[in-house]
Amino acid sequence: MKRERIYGIMAEFDSAQALVDAAKRTHEAGYNRIDAYSPFPIEGLAEEIGFHHDEVPLVVLIGGIVGGLTGYLMQYWMSVVSYPINVGGKPAHSWPAFIVITFEMTILFAGISAVFGMLALNGLPMPYHPVFNVPRFSSASKDRFFLIVFSSDPKYDPAGTRSFLQGLEPRSISEVPS
Amino acid sequence: MNDRYKTTVDAEQAPVIEPGYTFGTITEKISSIVLTRPASNGWFVGFGVGFMLTMMMLYAIGYLFLKGIGIWGDTIPIGWGFAIVNFVWWIGIGHAGTLISAILLLLRQSWRNSINRFAEAMTLFAVACAGIFPAIHVGRPWLAYWLFPYPSTMGVWPQFRSPLMWDVFAVSTYATISALFWFMGLIPDFATLRDRSDKPVLRIVYGMLSMGWRGSARHWHRYETAYLLLAGLATPLVLSVHTVVSFDFAIGIVPGWHTTIFPPYFVAGAIYSGFAMVLMLAIPIRKIYRLEDFITERHLQNSAKVMLATGLIVAYGYGIEAFMGWYSGDRYDAFTLWNRLHGPYAIPYWSLLTCNIFIPQLLWIKKLRTSPLALFLLSGVILIGMWLERFIIVVVSLSRDFLTSSWGMYYPTRWDWMIFIGTIGMFLAAMFLFLRLLPAISIFEMRTLLPEAEVKE
Amino acid sequence: MQPTTQAVGKGKISISPDGAKEARDEIMDEPHKLGSADTKREDVCPSKKGKLDLESVRAQIEAAADEKAGPEYWRSLEELAGSPAFQEALHREFPKGASEWVDSVSRRGFLKVMGASMALAGMTGCVRLPLEPIVPYVRQPEDVIPGRPQFYATAMTLGGYASPLLVESHLGRPTKIEGNDQHPASLGGTDIFAQASILGMYDPDRSQSVMSMGDQQSWQALLNALHGPLTAQKALQGAGIRILTPTISSPTLADQLRGFLKIYPQAKWHVYEPVNRDNVLEGAKLAFGQPVETRYDFEKADVIVSLDADFLYAGFPGNVRYIRDFAKRRNPDGNMNRLYVIESTPTTTGAKADHRFPMRASEVEKFAHNLSSHLPVNPPTGGVVGDNPGFAGPLVQDLLAHRASSVVIVGDHQPPVVHAFAHAVNQALGNIGKTVFYTDPVDANPINQAESIRDLVSDVQTGKVDLLVILGGNPAYDAPADLDFANVLKNGRVPLRVHLGLYQNETAELCQWHINQAHELEAWGDARAYDGTVSVIQPLIAPLYNGKSALEFVTLLSGQADATGYDLVRAYWQKQHTGTDFEAFWRKSLHGGWVERTTYQPKSVAVKNDNFGWKWATDTAIELNIRRDPTIYDGQFSNNGWLQELPKPMNKLTWDNAVLIGPMMGERLQIKTCDMVELELNGRKVTGPVWIQPGVPDNSVTVTLGYGRTRAGRVGTAQGFNAYALRTSAAPWFASGLQIRKTGDRYVLASTQGYQSMDTPNGDHRPLVRETVLEEYHKDPDFAKEQGEEPAPGLTLYKPYPYKEEDYAWGMAIDLNSCVGCNNCMIACQSENNIAVVGKEQCAIGRHMHWIRIDTYYQYPDEAARDRDNPKAFFQPVPCMQCEDAPCEVVCPVGATNHSSEGLNDMVYNRCVGTRYCSNNCPYKVRRFNFLLFQDWVTPQYKMMRNPDVSVRSRGVMEKCTYCVQRINEHKIDAETASVREGKQIKVGDELQTACQQSCPAGAIIFGNINDPESRVSKLKAQSRNYSLLGELNTRPRTTYLAEVSNPNPELKA
Repeated sequence: MKRERIYGIMAEFDSAQALVDAAKRTHEAGYNRIDAYSPFPIEGLAEEIGFHHDEVPLVVLIGGIVGGLTGYLMQYWMSVVSYPINVGGKPAHSWPAFIVITFEMTILFAGISAVFGMLALNGLPMPYHPVFNVPRFSSASKDRFFLIVFSSDPKYDPAGTRSFLQGLEPRSISEVPS
Repeated sequence: MNDRYKTTVDAEQAPVIEPGYTFGTITEKISSIVLTRPASNGWFVGFGVGFMLTMMMLYAIGYLFLKGIGIWGDTIPIGWGFAIVNFVWWIGIGHAGTLISAILLLLRQSWRNSINRFAEAMTLFAVACAGIFPAIHVGRPWLAYWLFPYPSTMGVWPQFRSPLMWDVFAVSTYATISALFWFMGLIPDFATLRDRSDKPVLRIVYGMLSMGWRGSARHWHRYETAYLLLAGLATPLVLSVHTVVSFDFAIGIVPGWHTTIFPPYFVAGAIYSGFAMVLMLAIPIRKIYRLEDFITERHLQNSAKVMLATGLIVAYGYGIEAFMGWYSGDRYDAFTLWNRLHGPYAIPYWSLLTCNIFIPQLLWIKKLRTSPLALFLLSGVILIGMWLERFIIVVVSLSRDFLTSSWGMYYPTRWDWMIFIGTIGMFLAAMFLFLRLLPAISIFEMRTLLPEAEVKE
Repeated sequence: MQPTTQAVGKGKISISPDGAKEARDEIMDEPHKLGSADTKREDVCPSKKGKLDLESVRAQIEAAADEKAGPEYWRSLEELAGSPAFQEALHREFPKGASEWVDSVSRRGFLKVMGASMALAGMTGCVRLPLEPIVPYVRQPEDVIPGRPQFYATAMTLGGYASPLLVESHLGRPTKIEGNDQHPASLGGTDIFAQASILGMYDPDRSQSVMSMGDQQSWQALLNALHGPLTAQKALQGAGIRILTPTISSPTLADQLRGFLKIYPQAKWHVYEPVNRDNVLEGAKLAFGQPVETRYDFEKADVIVSLDADFLYAGFPGNVRYIRDFAKRRNPDGNMNRLYVIESTPTTTGAKADHRFPMRASEVEKFAHNLSSHLPVNPPTGGVVGDNPGFAGPLVQDLLAHRASSVVIVGDHQPPVVHAFAHAVNQALGNIGKTVFYTDPVDANPINQAESIRDLVSDVQTGKVDLLVILGGNPAYDAPADLDFANVLKNGRVPLRVHLGLYQNETAELCQWHINQAHELEAWGDARAYDGTVSVIQPLIAPLYNGKSALEFVTLLSGQADATGYDLVRAYWQKQHTGTDFEAFWRKSLHGGWVERTTYQPKSVAVKNDNFGWKWATDTAIELNIRRDPTIYDGQFSNNGWLQELPKPMNKLTWDNAVLIGPMMGERLQIKTCDMVELELNGRKVTGPVWIQPGVPDNSVTVTLGYGRTRAGRVGTAQGFNAYALRTSAAPWFASGLQIRKTGDRYVLASTQGYQSMDTPNGDHRPLVRETVLEEYHKDPDFAKEQGEEPAPGLTLYKPYPYKEEDYAWGMAIDLNSCVGCNNCMIACQSENNIAVVGKEQCAIGRHMHWIRIDTYYQYPDEAARDRDNPKAFFQPVPCMQCEDAPCEVVCPVGATNHSSEGLNDMVYNRCVGTRYCSNNCPYKVRRFNFLLFQDWVTPQYKMMRNPDVSVRSRGVMEKCTYCVQRINEHKIDAETASVREGKQIKVGDELQTACQQSCPAGAIIFGNINDPESRVSKLKAQSRNYSLLGELNTRPRTTYLAEVSNPNPELKA
């Protein structure tokens, strides 16, 4: 994509409701490179800006399966293949005793992949982001709600987009320098 | 799924958050504890005491490493003493945190939003305290790492049939997952603190911790999915951990240990003591930091009800144990029962029944369920009772097993006490630090409790 | 901290190296100063009165030093140290509690020895082979194979009687004592004192040089010092010379002494030993008019009546052989004997009795008198006195029914008349020549020792004595209290006093000259066994501290050239065995361990039919019953940590003697175990802790000798109380008129067995020791298996391991009927496996380390009567059961304990991290844990002593019985090499013995290959009496037990 001086245009709203409505209308207006920021998760907001499929569950599933296999195979290899010893007359492959650790390993791997999967998919950590250049954006972590149209959006043109956003009666509008 | 954020407004139930708050005021109130409010003398005293006790513990542990665990009261036949008792006790306490944050989340109990943060913190610190004991209670602590499956020059591996190995995996998994869960919950609040604090240093620190969180809708979506999945994973995990701990005994052959009822009633007992600890922390905190509006009567009530329920499960566990002791016709189990009731350790056993079963029945009374002071005291009693339960299980069972010739007595030494009390100090010190440095209540989840948080299509 | 430790700490006297050490550890143990336990500990201090601060004691010492008020020598410090005040003060110099762990350190491993052992630093490297050719038992010395032990035949003496031994030697270092299996007095067994003597030899506290007035002196200096007085005595024909020896059976030494008396005709040879056989001697004189030795053949005896004779325990002459013979007749499938024991204090012999009757020692004479009126001996005047106990009739009938096949045996402490009575009865029953034999006395100088020492004292008092030579022994400590021997030495009536001894003990301290004696394992000599057979004592190692034997010293006194013990013994036997084949004879004697044709032949003697002059006490006052201690004998083993920590067979006490009181009497006097009481007997007082002991007859109190030493060494000093203080020459064994007062103090006694009954408090009976009577056994041979439900073999979900396909499957069977609870196996195991000593307060909290223990259970015959003063006692040796499905293995997280293909439950010390889970999960509680650094890694002597084939365990590691795996592997290697040599497969057979098995005089422990149906252990396990302990747990133990069957007299059912 070609480099833009402006990263996007951001509109600020007072309430969650306002943001959701605005996002809905912006998306319907054909903008699809947009994003919304809120101090807490708002139901349906992601759908409104056209975000539909979430890969986190898949990552977790894979993590869990890998963990479980690792757990069991590790125990099997160590106590049956690598160094089998006669412990209290129990067979080398005492599978019932191996269940617990298999289970724990499943949880461990799944859990780790859930958190780090989420962060990775969100592209976090990301210390710098253009939206932080907007002074008022700091209240996005408090009580304000923001909608942004990225300059990379095909339908984007500075004046048109700005006036469109004006039409959503935001509290304020600011350009986000990149 | 999002209706978990709806506040169930219920006639006779107190609200989970008093009316009149906005996103802004909530944010200010909670973050001010960390950012603006100066540390009171009370805080310094509390932290100081905890710190001194921690130092005492470290000293005792140093001497332990110097001389060997012979300085403890452990002996033959009672090979496990305070160390294991305290381990089980602390692990149990840890359970409430995960339970509140995970299970209640799945059960859509939105009231947990105001207490899950410090409950999780409590979990972490409790697990940390618990983790000390398995490491130091072995005869050669400098070799404790042999319990991990690493390729050693000896070419040998851990012995996976041993419940102690299961412990290693269960407890370390539990610690890891709890820490992740806690940290994940903190990310948006770190962002808040980052944006609120005026000190550059804090901005940088919190900024790093928040990892550049900016509350994008996409992020929130993945965040919630991950959070729910993690809760879903943590739930079986938390149940499994104390089950595994109970295996340490249930797998053993010792009469008084070898019991199938152990897993469920250990878990119940864990939650029992866990909630007691939550209340012991919540009640002073809400008072000192004037958070009565966020941690309301409703929370106290619900916690009390959970304690009552789990307490009854524990009582049932005791009952079954006793019944089986008699019904099985096994002479050793029968004697174990007799020995608990009439043996040299009868006094601890009866006090255990008093603390864990008789006194907590007061929770049937609503007046007490809603009185912070009463709950605080009751929680103390329950914590003592649960510690005694572990003492009875570990020590008393071992003291008189199969061969009458090998019966013995256990006497804790001052070193046992120093280390036990030391861990309590360490726990307190950690809690005090936590209150100063991190938001004790999840800010972003509190916001969702406000009616303004709801949107309609 | 458990509030016991101070109790031990208290007694501690502090000689300088000790003091230094405490000071050192004080810093180390700083922390013990804080904590509340101290205050608690206070109130268990036996005596808090007379506590004074160090200053005043210093003042006291100076005062004493100045006006010679105290004892005359500079050593009066130690002297003074005897006083409780001083001990208290000295102890207080170090902060309360400082001694807490110091003390455990000190008792355990006998302290990290500093000063004493420095002299020996580096010695461990060198081999100290004796200079003279000694002859190995199995092969010539020239083919010493490093790593392969050699065995030498030798002997050690106790009370003059020799126990024939084989000593295992690793490259010139004796490491283990075994019995000489070819010697009639041993047949392979030993007793605890012989087993532990190896530790005695390496004891770093032994006297290490010639001493004079507290200074080290040279041997030459001693010669010079003695030269003058001896020449002076020449003129007086030695009228001023007195030699005091313990009982001596050595022909050579006796010969030397007689030679000395030829040179100094006026000199006198006195004999005294606290545990002497005066009564036996007098009894024989009374009956036969001459001193004779009585010897028994229990293998031929169908009925044995013991009148207070503890003939199945170490210390009784011939006990090793007697145990073997007795045990042979305890097989219920064979012709079983019957044992009646009438005894005044519970002993292992009484425990093995089919009928045990408690009776005050003073009443035994009356009882004997009444018996004699029923027996075909000439009736004593007076006929039956008082009423007869109910059992007398049937007992007499039983004796009469077994003429020529019965034995009446009497304890050494019973008065002569009872011994005479026994001689008469045995003669009348025609036992003489069948089961009872009379020979010349083994004692080379059979005189009344009480009189002997009394004469000596009176001579000293009348100033007749110029030179007193004390050859061994410790009269200052153990002479009768009424003679006050210590003062006799102290008051300076004897110008020159010379003491020869292993330790600088209470006596050495009061003599101007002390000569460090060579241990019997270091010196040449000879001695007679109970049957007269002479064993030549071969040194296993050159004297560690260049000590001299009594033999060498006497030769020197008699002015001969400084001949070596070797020359002397050899010369003596050359005289006896004139002939050209002397070399062969000598070599054979050394090699075999005994000298041919020296066994005393039975002589025919007849009881003179005169009345014995019965006289017995009829009062009902409380009786004091004094006995030798079961583990430290008369005090000569006080400094032996193995014996101190060896649980006394009947009450499992360690490190202390106690005032034994029967339960009924205890209730009457409201005295409980661990109460401190003051015993007073005609003005003489002693304070000690009480142990309520089932089996002690009512109105009688038993105390044991040997404790309360003031200069025993770092292990033995100030343990327990000194019972000699109550012992007079008139009443050496029992006296009437004892007063008991509770002091109100409490004391902590360290018993290794907390609970001594198989009946649990909830009224259940656990069939741990399974037993029945002979008739029942004949009716139902499988009773043992029926008493507990054992799952059928192979009852498991898993595919069992194929132990049957292996060459070997090791197993053990322990015959509870044979076991006499003599404790031998425990010491043998301790010696073989380098097991640490842990000290009193560690024992008190259950941390003793014995790999094999003997559980003693008391059982009350009828519940209704609860005849608590006469319970039946059972012994059960418990080593590791080597379970095939071992619960301990499954729970070890690091796999440090797991199973060998031959069924051994292996313990891998290097892998052990010390979770102690295995011990928790062991139903038999045979696992032992190194809670602290119990082993002494410093003292060179102990490094030399340890078995090089067994690793020395350090702190934090679990340890347990291994079935002596080192021995197993040695034999397997031999078998394999042999197989290769012979070209056919040779298997290890029954010649392989574990340490406990080899030392067991009763042959109760049988170990071997259960895959070989012909092995002894397989045969035993096939018996119907065989059962597994706690078999219902399905641990499938490899160690099993043969149930106990007693043979009571049917007429004595009630």
